[in-house]
Amino acid sequence: MTSSSPSPLKCRRRGLFRRKLTNWFVIAISAAGTLIAAVFLLWILWTILRNGMHSLSLSFLTQPTKPYGIPDGGMLNAILGTAVITLAATIMAVPAGLLGGICLSEFSRDSRFGNAIRFSANVMMGMPSIIVGLFVYTLLVMTTGNFSGFAGSVALAIIMFPVILRTTEDMLCMVPNALRESALAIGAPRWRITLAVVFRSARSGLITGVLLAVARVAGETAPLLFTALTSDAWPTGFFTQPTANLTVTMTEYATNSPFETMHVRAWGAALIITFAVLALNIICRTAFREKKA
Amino acid sequence: MNKPAVFPQSGPAKGGPGGTPLSDKIFRWLAIGAAALAGLLTIAFFLQLAWHSYPAFREFGPGFLCSTQWDTAEQKFGAAFAIYGTLVTTAIALLIAVPAAFLTALFLVEIAPPLLSRVFGCALDLLAAIPSVIYGMWGLFVFVPFMQTHVQPFLSDTLGLSVIPLFDGPMTGFGFLTAGLVLALMSLPFMSAIMRDVFRMVPAVVKESAYGTGATTWEVARDVTMRYGMQGLLGAVFLGLGRAVGETMAVLFIIGNSEVISLSLYDSGATIASVLANKFAEAEGLAKSSLFALGLILLCITFAIQIFGQLWLRKIRKNSGGGL
Repeated sequence: MTSSSPSPLKCRRRGLFRRKLTNWFVIAISAAGTLIAAVFLLWILWTILRNGMHSLSLSFLTQPTKPYGIPDGGMLNAILGTAVITLAATIMAVPAGLLGGICLSEFSRDSRFGNAIRFSANVMMGMPSIIVGLFVYTLLVMTTGNFSGFAGSVALAIIMFPVILRTTEDMLCMVPNALRESALAIGAPRWRITLAVVFRSARSGLITGVLLAVARVAGETAPLLFTALTSDAWPTGFFTQPTANLTVTMTEYATNSPFETMHVRAWGAALIITFAVLALNIICRTAFREKKA
Repeated sequence: MNKPAVFPQSGPAKGGPGGTPLSDKIFRWLAIGAAALAGLLTIAFFLQLAWHSYPAFREFGPGFLCSTQWDTAEQKFGAAFAIYGTLVTTAIALLIAVPAAFLTALFLVEIAPPLLSRVFGCALDLLAAIPSVIYGMWGLFVFVPFMQTHVQPFLSDTLGLSVIPLFDGPMTGFGFLTAGLVLALMSLPFMSAIMRDVFRMVPAVVKESAYGTGATTWEVARDVTMRYGMQGLLGAVFLGLGRAVGETMAVLFIIGNSEVISLSLYDSGATIASVLANKFAEAEGLAKSSLFALGLILLCITFAIQIFGQLWLRKIRKNSGGGL
């Protein structure tokens, strides 16, 4: 790049060779650091795959969880429970998040109220999930006197809500104003403009945002510890009883059980939840990238 | 963000014949109500936790923060050991994750060819997407034994670090060091993602002129990019810090869960979040209230970090006119 001719002063103070050496050194360790991060990813994924494959059998996928000693224990009730809890959370969080995002992008873009809301949504996004669990515990479990899958859903919905709100706002802000103005010009009411014009042109971004939020909460454990707990029953008592779910069941099996068979089942649950979450992430990213290109 | 509001707050025809239709009013209030939820929930968090932790604070006073006791039989509870554990693990995590995030971001944005950058960038994003309980399980069954048989003996015996009390103690694999390392791994992708944005934000012209004077890649990164984006980098550190402080499941699995304050990083301990998850199910009465008090402390810590980080990032966004 530079000739070693003695023109710039700095170059003479520190020789070109040394500067290049430092440069190569930094390049090498930054490449190594990135490589190490990727190695950790592969290490974790490989561990889950290797240990989880053992447990994937027909009974694992078709039987409910059973206490230790009873053969043929599976995970189906926990899989269903996680699905139900996440679905209910999505049903609660998506309308609220979308409406909040509409408010920020369409009604109070630069107002003091909008800034305050944007700010508290950002703060909420950084709140530890266990605090959310504690909060919902005081709100729904203490007052009703029983743990329930529904309380778990509320906790997950609270975590999803600010994420959806902020992505909705970002996506709607990218929609050009000309679209809104032309719809206004033909006399459409604002709610129709928002839902039929603005939403439609931001559709793929909104779907991506919601799916990423779902992926984020599907693997949450801490909030469910205080709300949904876990059980060996089918998730029929969603509103009134502890509801089985993959992550808490996994935690129970891995930490509170000395039995190898339980650990193997925990790995099976880990395999299912990890690959579901990663698949959602990958789908969102590739779909969104194609859209942008 | 600087675009004018699309819909005027009050139309000229408001109230008059043919003014804002009712459906629009309802729609608008629904939207405002949903948005207000964000603010209300934030306040409700504080109110609920403060209300439920009041018995503990009334009983122990400010001494709750400094007492290391956690005795269910004697009904004496203190937060000091949990706060200590949180600080130590977070410090270890930041010490490792901040330089690592900086280097990975530098590599992905400035050094790596586009294809490599995409592949590794994707790997980092996936690392961030893995649920924390998975980190916990992997840590418990794979990383803890690995630390016990390889890393800890290497640090203490091979490098001879055991003369420092930090690296002296029983090598069980559990404890502050392992938890801090896993936290570092978990917060690395978050920080790296923001730092990547910061690096991309630096105008190409500025970098190119530095290259034009003959600066090497590292010199451009250190003297131009870093200086230009210093504030953004600090914001990234704060968001990563917020993640590490409140992380529960991974820490719960690998920190060992004991109520001690120990100088040795090999000793098991606890963080605020891990104490909450570990003790909540059995706690009654005053113990439960003390746990709520711990929750309130954690909430205040993360809240302060978030506020600071957000204000900081917002200031930069204003200065640089968006893009981050």
